[in-house]
Amino acid sequence: MSGDIACAEGALSAGCRFFAGYPITPATEIAERMAERMPQLGGVYIQMEDEIASMNAILGASWGGLRAMTATSGPGFSLMMENLGLGIMTETPCVLVNVQRGGPSTGLPTLVGQGDMMQARWGTHGVYEIIALSPSSPQEFFDLTVRAFNLAEKYRTPVLVMADEVVGHMTERVTIPEEVPCFPRRKPEFPPGDRSSFPPDEDLVPPMANVGEGYHIHVTGLTHDERGYPVTDEVTQERLVRRLVEKIRGHKKDIIRLEEKGVEGAEVIVCSYGISARVGLWAVELAKREGIKAGMLKLLTVWPFPEERVREVASKVKAFVVPEINYGQIALEVERSAGGRAEVIPLNHMGGGLHEPEDILKAIRKAAR
Amino acid sequence: MSQVEKPTVIPLKHPRESLLREERLPHIWCSGCGIGTALNCFIGALEKSGLPWDKVAIVSGIGCAGRAAGYIKLDSFHTTHGRAIPFATGLRLANPELKVVIFSGDGDLIAIGGNHFIHAARRNIDMTVICVNNFNYGMTGGQVGPTTPAMAKTTTSPYGNSEHPFNLPYLAAASGAVYVARWTTLHVRRLERSLTEALLKEGFSFVEVISPCPTYFDRMNRLGEGLDMMKSYQESSEIVHGFDPRKADIDLRGKIIVGKFIDIEKPTYLDFQKEIQARVEGEPS
Repeated sequence: MSGDIACAEGALSAGCRFFAGYPITPATEIAERMAERMPQLGGVYIQMEDEIASMNAILGASWGGLRAMTATSGPGFSLMMENLGLGIMTETPCVLVNVQRGGPSTGLPTLVGQGDMMQARWGTHGVYEIIALSPSSPQEFFDLTVRAFNLAEKYRTPVLVMADEVVGHMTERVTIPEEVPCFPRRKPEFPPGDRSSFPPDEDLVPPMANVGEGYHIHVTGLTHDERGYPVTDEVTQERLVRRLVEKIRGHKKDIIRLEEKGVEGAEVIVCSYGISARVGLWAVELAKREGIKAGMLKLLTVWPFPEERVREVASKVKAFVVPEINYGQIALEVERSAGGRAEVIPLNHMGGGLHEPEDILKAIRKAAR
Repeated sequence: MSQVEKPTVIPLKHPRESLLREERLPHIWCSGCGIGTALNCFIGALEKSGLPWDKVAIVSGIGCAGRAAGYIKLDSFHTTHGRAIPFATGLRLANPELKVVIFSGDGDLIAIGGNHFIHAARRNIDMTVICVNNFNYGMTGGQVGPTTPAMAKTTTSPYGNSEHPFNLPYLAAASGAVYVARWTTLHVRRLERSLTEALLKEGFSFVEVISPCPTYFDRMNRLGEGLDMMKSYQESSEIVHGFDPRKADIDLRGKIIVGKFIDIEKPTYLDFQKEIQARVEGEPS
């Protein structure tokens, strides 16, 4: 099946029962699959008037008690930024899929890009931390969509799946397991009526009461206390925002997943994600055939960035080659993490196509010299 | 120095305490503002409606009226500017047991949220939208908005507004709302009755509440204090049930037609959904 279909099926396997979206190439197939499958499973599919509405609808649905998702591409992703922030501030579990195409603006609707990686990290205003995963095959698109739902519930936060047009449209064999892991919603342990305050657990994540359960919750995008009431002052801001960031940063070990191939003993590392990682791996294999000590570091989790591991690897290698379909976004993170211990060579493609393995190979050769 | 005897404090109970988050009072609204009156009527309507409170959620956007959700002891949401309706759409569809009410202002619902408003009405999604219309953006200091009458002064139309305003009942009706009413904050009993009807109506119901904004709009246009506004509503409003909403425009100092304009039956979004569900289940998979 195609990556987009695998994404939809992954979501359904993970218990997603609400999808709101707006047609956009190259993510439309996800919406179409959801429109067909949701009624079969008693779930809800709704096509909203735009992506702003889609993002809000999944937040509402999540508070209504359902696992909810939307899927889009660049222009829609821009529109979703506003209420991605509301999701972060109100700690609303949900999944937002971006099948990236070439940009800026309308750009290349039908062709590949990876230009939204920094937007994923910094696109909504204010101070926050985000979780973003990046698949490089339909199987990974399935698996990471499942994982996104579980991370969303575990850390009570929107989770981004940053795919791209090639991964969304390519067709490969996908194995759908009988059962997938399911992290249940963190419900309050006290009955309704007792308290209206939901202090965070030890891991900094508070429990969540759904609408209609009698807790009479208040939820606001304003800076708020543990009752959910707005308190717009410095002290409350410090307390709330620091916790929102730390609940993710403090659990990097659990959140970050990397795929390493031949990193030990390597001199040159190709570090990439999404479809670029697959082309990169090909180049690594070619380099090895030439006797170059090359290795692969694939980022399944892009945000939070695995800076500790990159730093560790940096002290043992000559260089990182970072192919990505943008003008150098994740390369900046690799450079920051490497901190001068190894050279970082960005390989930039402006979009509409993939890197030639030969070009990545050339960069590996040069770096190995 | 003589000791002053401490006066006995008689704890006063707010008549609406059952549904107010009293720990959040006093509210932020100015003296003479009509939002509190609208909220009071809504609480009265909710009590009369007989709806189970645990199954009623209130969603607001941003602005003065948008603060209403924060004062009501229901599951309550204070969302982003203009986005109360799509948020409420997700909430309503996720849990069909819920009654979802949107309580917000004219700028929030009709300017930045205008697209969501017309589409929710078109879908005939089961929700009640209460729009407090004070003709300007109060929270940010009295700027021109989509309901500001032509030639009216605001802080961003200091010489007069060169735009035509939306006529909200007409917009709601044309977009597909099955229940449309307009009252001023003078008409408390009628407003409460209308809100009760709206809450019990299946489909997209809309109630516009004309409200004074003594701090900004009324002062900028020399319309007077809150009490003067009540007098002006008494003089300038006319109750005409079933009035053609196309003709229900509001001028700065003209007549305000109030009443229940639309009350029709039409399949809701969920009615169609049920039909679709039956169709899907009837097919061999």
